[in-house]
Amino acid sequence: MEHKSPGAGLFAETDVQNCYQCGKCTAGCPMAGQMDTMPNQVVRLVQIGELERAMHCLAIWHCVSCQTCTARCPQSVDCAGIMDVVRQMAAEKRIVPPELRRVYLFQKAFLDNVRKNGRLNEVELIGQFKTAAFMKDFNIPLLLKDTLLAPKLMQRGKFHLVGKKVKDRGVVRRIFDRCTKHDAAQVQTAGKEA
Amino acid sequence: MARIGVFICWCGENIARTVDVDRVTQAAAEMPGVRCAVNYKYVCSDPGQAMIRDRINADKLQGLVVASCSPHMHLKTFRAAAKAAGLNPYLVEMANIREHCSWVHHNREEATAKAIDLIRMTVGKVLRNKALDPIKVPLTKRALVIGAGVAGIQAALDIADAGCEVVLVEREPSVGGKMAGLSETFPTLDCSQCILTPRMVEVGQHPNITLHSYSEIESVEGYVGNFKVTVRKKARYVDIDKCTGCGDCWNKCPSKRKMSEFDYGLAPRKAIYMPFPQAVPARPVIDREACLHFIRNACGTCKKKCQAGAINFEDEDKLVTEEVGAVIVATGYQLYDITKDQKNAKYSGYGEYGYGQYKDVIHSLQFERLVSASGPTGGEIKRPSDGATPKNVVFISCVGSRDCAKGISYCSKICCMYTAKHTMLYKHKVHDGTAHVFYMDIRAGGKNYEEFVRRAIEQDGAQYHRGRVSKITEENGKLIVRGADTLAGVPVTIEADMVVLAAAMRPSDGVLELAQKLKIGYDEFGFLSESHPKLRPVETNTAGVYICGACQAPKDIPEAVAQASAAAGKVLVMFGKGELTREPEIAQVDEQMCAACYACVRTCPYSAIDKAEIRDRKGNLIKYTARVNPGLCMGCGTCVAVCPSKSVDLEGFSEQQIYEMVKNLI
Amino acid sequence: MMQFGYYPGCALHGSSNDYEKSVQACLKLLGVKLQEVDDWICCGATAAHSLNHLLSLALPARNLGIAERDGLENVLAPCPMCSMELLKARHAIQEDGALRKQISDIVELKVEGTTDVINLIQLFQKVGIESIKEAVKRPLEHISAACYYGCLLTRPPKTVQFDDCEQPHSMEDILDALGAKTVRWNYATECCGAGMTMANERAVLDLSNKILGNAAAHGANCIVVACPMCHVNLDMKQLDIGRAYGSEHNLMVYYLSDLVGLALGLSEKDLGIDKHFIVTEPKPVPQPAGVEE
Repeated sequence: MEHKSPGAGLFAETDVQNCYQCGKCTAGCPMAGQMDTMPNQVVRLVQIGELERAMHCLAIWHCVSCQTCTARCPQSVDCAGIMDVVRQMAAEKRIVPPELRRVYLFQKAFLDNVRKNGRLNEVELIGQFKTAAFMKDFNIPLLLKDTLLAPKLMQRGKFHLVGKKVKDRGVVRRIFDRCTKHDAAQVQTAGKEA
Repeated sequence: MARIGVFICWCGENIARTVDVDRVTQAAAEMPGVRCAVNYKYVCSDPGQAMIRDRINADKLQGLVVASCSPHMHLKTFRAAAKAAGLNPYLVEMANIREHCSWVHHNREEATAKAIDLIRMTVGKVLRNKALDPIKVPLTKRALVIGAGVAGIQAALDIADAGCEVVLVEREPSVGGKMAGLSETFPTLDCSQCILTPRMVEVGQHPNITLHSYSEIESVEGYVGNFKVTVRKKARYVDIDKCTGCGDCWNKCPSKRKMSEFDYGLAPRKAIYMPFPQAVPARPVIDREACLHFIRNACGTCKKKCQAGAINFEDEDKLVTEEVGAVIVATGYQLYDITKDQKNAKYSGYGEYGYGQYKDVIHSLQFERLVSASGPTGGEIKRPSDGATPKNVVFISCVGSRDCAKGISYCSKICCMYTAKHTMLYKHKVHDGTAHVFYMDIRAGGKNYEEFVRRAIEQDGAQYHRGRVSKITEENGKLIVRGADTLAGVPVTIEADMVVLAAAMRPSDGVLELAQKLKIGYDEFGFLSESHPKLRPVETNTAGVYICGACQAPKDIPEAVAQASAAAGKVLVMFGKGELTREPEIAQVDEQMCAACYACVRTCPYSAIDKAEIRDRKGNLIKYTARVNPGLCMGCGTCVAVCPSKSVDLEGFSEQQIYEMVKNLI
Repeated sequence: MMQFGYYPGCALHGSSNDYEKSVQACLKLLGVKLQEVDDWICCGATAAHSLNHLLSLALPARNLGIAERDGLENVLAPCPMCSMELLKARHAIQEDGALRKQISDIVELKVEGTTDVINLIQLFQKVGIESIKEAVKRPLEHISAACYYGCLLTRPPKTVQFDDCEQPHSMEDILDALGAKTVRWNYATECCGAGMTMANERAVLDLSNKILGNAAAHGANCIVVACPMCHVNLDMKQLDIGRAYGSEHNLMVYYLSDLVGLALGLSEKDLGIDKHFIVTEPKPVPQPAGVEE
């Protein structure tokens, strides 16, 4: 069913103007009880052009991308996709709330790790993440937490200090660099239109 | 003929501001065949018409061209004026120099030149017009009403009370439709059956109404004023003339295999059954698939018990032919099937709501039966799984409707109102219970409707949450309803004892096949198409066939009744004329030239062309030919386009006329 | 001998290598040959689509490009995150010619999106449930499983186009063939917390606790998964969950390939089941309490 009006465009490759704020996304969201702003409200902010406010919501960092909202939306709006894009924009602008900074740091450490290795090195990732988190909030329990996990993993042969490496790591770096340059340009344009 | 009168209208400023009417008049006066050309401010006005009449007489005009607005506006007016002056009305044509010229062009030079061209074309056409007479079509003053719900009943009674005969066909064993199964109706909370059953009885007994219950339309032939309809009267296996409705048969019937359709599956029924006690006709019917006699030649108890000897296992379907002049379709609605598995691939059900999986998730019509005094629980609200009284009931609006992802984009119109009603009926019976409603909007636009909804909230304590429900699961006998309240900005989870889903109204099964038999249109959802949504809501594009009630679109009872009377009114207008006249601008076959290839028969969208034979006086066959039925032809010209031998042409728009117009243009 | 391309993904070569062991042992027995995608790279997982849209398409597209180059028509991705991201990239590339060119340039390989990507359940379906049934040596009569699909096997429906996202049954069909019982429960497609294990542990503990609880409440004596992330959250974190909520679930969490392998006669060691964090014998569930078809 096509509802595109002349002024409307796509956000996150979905017709965000089609959302009629029924709240079904909020109703099925496993994290809604903890969010400051409900998923349908985040979509509403995007609808009315309040992208700055949307980027400041904690909700986008609570989101676990379970896709329940997108799957059940009666208007086929990709709510999870909208959360992704708002999160991408916020990360690009370094708008990350301190309460959920760890989520951002983890994702960032993940990508840095993949960029370097081509594949994820879990041990390295955990080390990098914990360090980065510690540098921000000096939380020692978090730093030391899960250290007891290491021997358990080792016992089970699940602990890999050095994993199987990707041979052509250069292409991975180049892919990353091309995507990062491109995305920065896109976010700037999106920000201007907001 | 060569005495054409051209009348050019200023239409006030509408034409004259852009088109130089004086120059146009001069040019028209010099066109071949034109006797006189005049312009006037408002040709359609009384003085304007008088001028036409005077000119016809004074100049002995043989044809008219009125250059003014669209023929849709005033062709009838000018033809009537011509007729009053003694000129055949079909010798009058219009050149549209308003909608086609002055209203769409700005440049005065160009618009004037175009107006002259348009008039020249039309003059060329009129020179070849023939005098025609309206076609008279015989008219059978009997009406067929298909569907005997509240709309069909109203339409049938209106026509019957006016003195005309009505044939009323109903698919179910009893008349009454969905309304017979409702408990109380909004906004008055009238008992539905109490207000309907007197009408049902009237329809069953009216001397002018022939009721064919448990019957369907087999085929339809003919055209407006002259329909020949074959009705299939399905075998009841009970002779309704002998039967007294005493109930000995169904009281003793041992079979309980089937669930009652009238109670929407909430309670079982026998193999021989009357759908509900107030049925009209008050006679039972045997369901072959549940009857032990038909399944394995056993039982036969009903036959043994029947003192009137009314049971007839050898009964067969009967075909009855009815001749009628008009048809009213009132086939009503069904609810959107909310189960996950759908018959129609266009719709997907609601796997997330557990309907069909959890016994205590029911739909709105099932709730009506629970609340209804004549229902399976005697009007006590008991939930289907364990018969307990539910203390927390959740009502969910917009199930199926306003949900493009599930295939239905429209609003089902009545659910907001009946949901409010449901909360009130529930609260009236379960004083310590709570009704929750999950809604998106509240649509209560009718008379006293808004106040009704406010009453549900303010007086009867219904809890309304603005938000849809994402999922329903069952834990320990409770239904966990996960919804949202977008006004408060929080998710809302309710542990309910019962959930009622307000499912969308959809057209009844089988309506598409019926529409094809009647040659009427329907939209993507199967709702029958009205002729014009604003000005002709109960007519269809097929002459003689009318629609009313929920088969046209979701609506409530007052609207259905109003539309039914409207449709009846249209039928009575037609019957009041005594005979039908039709415009004569139809196709005509030159039967000498026709090669009888029947391409036209195959392509005619109105099935208005028949295969015919020409025989001599002795009855010997001379040739085959195609022949246009003047009662059905709509003058669309498709046959003219496909005829390989150019044997068919349109009166009033012949190929020669079109050629002439094109020639005049270039 | 059936042959499929094979994309293990980072988890299966990382701390979920017991899953890889299980899949490989099982498929070997079923006569399925796997050819690993040459020099595959990470699919981007949650991090990519969270922070950089183009990257989230490019990283999986690189793998599709390699598969196309090497003539792999079908690729098995046992991790639903990987299979979903690969399919998302595939659809985007197929539908948009300009994007196709852009992505191909970025990943330095021509990518057309012709490779089909399947998950573990689909692989068993391709082998044939009847064939699996015939090969069963030890019917799993003691198993009363809650089949847990998680999020990405069936969602988003337009991307993965697999089973039904409200009432899935593809795993139950396989378990039926293995002679196991399955329960009808309410958390089959509810999220376990996904990749938040490190970053937002509380969310994972909360969501996974509910899943474990509901499975047991409906009469399951074990959970079956087909996702390494779900496995981590339900198995590795089970003791943490117990500590946080005072709930001792003690529920065995099997990979689907574990159960198929066990039914086909393989040992727990062959399948890496001994490497799980919770290793216990599923207790027989008294009939008829809670066990439904």
